[in-house]
Amino acid sequence: MWMGPYSVLNLLGLAIQSCFIQNILLFYFLGMCSYLACSNKLKTSNGLGLAVFVVMSLSGVLNWLVHNFITGEGALKWLTFTGINAAHINLSFLEFLIYISVIAAFVQVLEIVIDKFAPALYRALGMYLPLITVNCAILGASLFATVRAYPFVPNLVYVASAGLGWWLAIALIASIREKLTYSNIPAGLHGMGMTFVMTGLMALAFMGFTGIALDHISETDTYPLLVQEEQVQPEQNVKF
Amino acid sequence: MKLRHYYTDQIWKNNQILVAILGICSALAVTIKVNVALTMSLSVIFVTGFSSLFVSLIRNITPPNVRMIAQLAIISLFVIIVDQVLKAFLYEMSLTLSVFVGLIITNCLVMGRAESMAKNVSPLPAFLDGLGAASGYALILLIVGVIREFFGFGSLFDFPIIPKSWYATPEHPDRYVNSNLMALAPSAFFIIGAIIWLRNVLAKEEDL
Repeated sequence: MWMGPYSVLNLLGLAIQSCFIQNILLFYFLGMCSYLACSNKLKTSNGLGLAVFVVMSLSGVLNWLVHNFITGEGALKWLTFTGINAAHINLSFLEFLIYISVIAAFVQVLEIVIDKFAPALYRALGMYLPLITVNCAILGASLFATVRAYPFVPNLVYVASAGLGWWLAIALIASIREKLTYSNIPAGLHGMGMTFVMTGLMALAFMGFTGIALDHISETDTYPLLVQEEQVQPEQNVKF
Repeated sequence: MKLRHYYTDQIWKNNQILVAILGICSALAVTIKVNVALTMSLSVIFVTGFSSLFVSLIRNITPPNVRMIAQLAIISLFVIIVDQVLKAFLYEMSLTLSVFVGLIITNCLVMGRAESMAKNVSPLPAFLDGLGAASGYALILLIVGVIREFFGFGSLFDFPIIPKSWYATPEHPDRYVNSNLMALAPSAFFIIGAIIWLRNVLAKEEDL
């Protein structure tokens, strides 16, 4: 349950995979809204990136606990010590509701804690924290981790490096956009239009890594579910 | 503001994807085929319409500091309904959409309408406003889906449009070939970027 079939080297591979190769923003396109809205300046996007990284790592762990002890199939069997036989109860339809409540509640608590203990950080992050609740990357990372059934430590590595990857992507686009302010582009494309095109080019660049699967477990040699699922290739009609 | 404007305004003029840049994530990820985009659009229309309606119904009894969580609970209720219906009746489709159905909860479009409109107006305008915003979203999703499926796969709704005889074969390598770029997700960025450009140019002409 804690480590599963993963070795330390697999964990490293998983971290590289989820941070660079399957970057949650540039490969799965999650967390786009705040990425587009808050990437005008490098400084603000660094603040947002840090906040997303922290919230994603911690709420990912909390949601793992929720999945494994409450909503997963047969997850309630720990209740047997109280004499209740709950092993057959499957609450997986409640998963969305509980996950998003955990994230929202966690963000609220984090806001209070940061306000109390680190007022300077609170002033820097303050307005971004509520935004993070509806950042799809956070919920998305939790859902992907659930779909792929990671054990505890790989789950922690996955959500933390996905958060880092998000931070990396928003810092990259913010520095590009700072430079774009001075470039000569068609009037209608100014702002959002150009940002979309830049993001498309960045995503294409990150696609160069596609096919490198570093996160498969060496012992069992099973590829993770989503690497195969996401690579929808067009039908090849040309045979040379 | 007339009642019908709540619906019609957001289909093109104040389209949430093009103007407010809300709800982008799913617009990029689920537009590879038209039928996927259509399923997603219908789900979002259902969720946005009804969550706006219910947020508006309870607007006078929700304390302001817990309203985010209350709205999220309402939205996720409808997303759970959509998810269960898809799993029961369109199982193949639910596998294709995988986590993106769950991510309707955090689709900024739904939350944005609840926050900026539904909590301030009475139920009927709120309902129409939610439907309108989601219809605008659906319009963009379908445009992107049609372009991507036509050029990427040569088909629409999985029905082949470009005849087999046009395609390149080993004997005639200089004939038509599907564009692999369109099958990849970054192409959605370029298409949406181009639609935003088009909208900006048209909006400027209207102003003059």
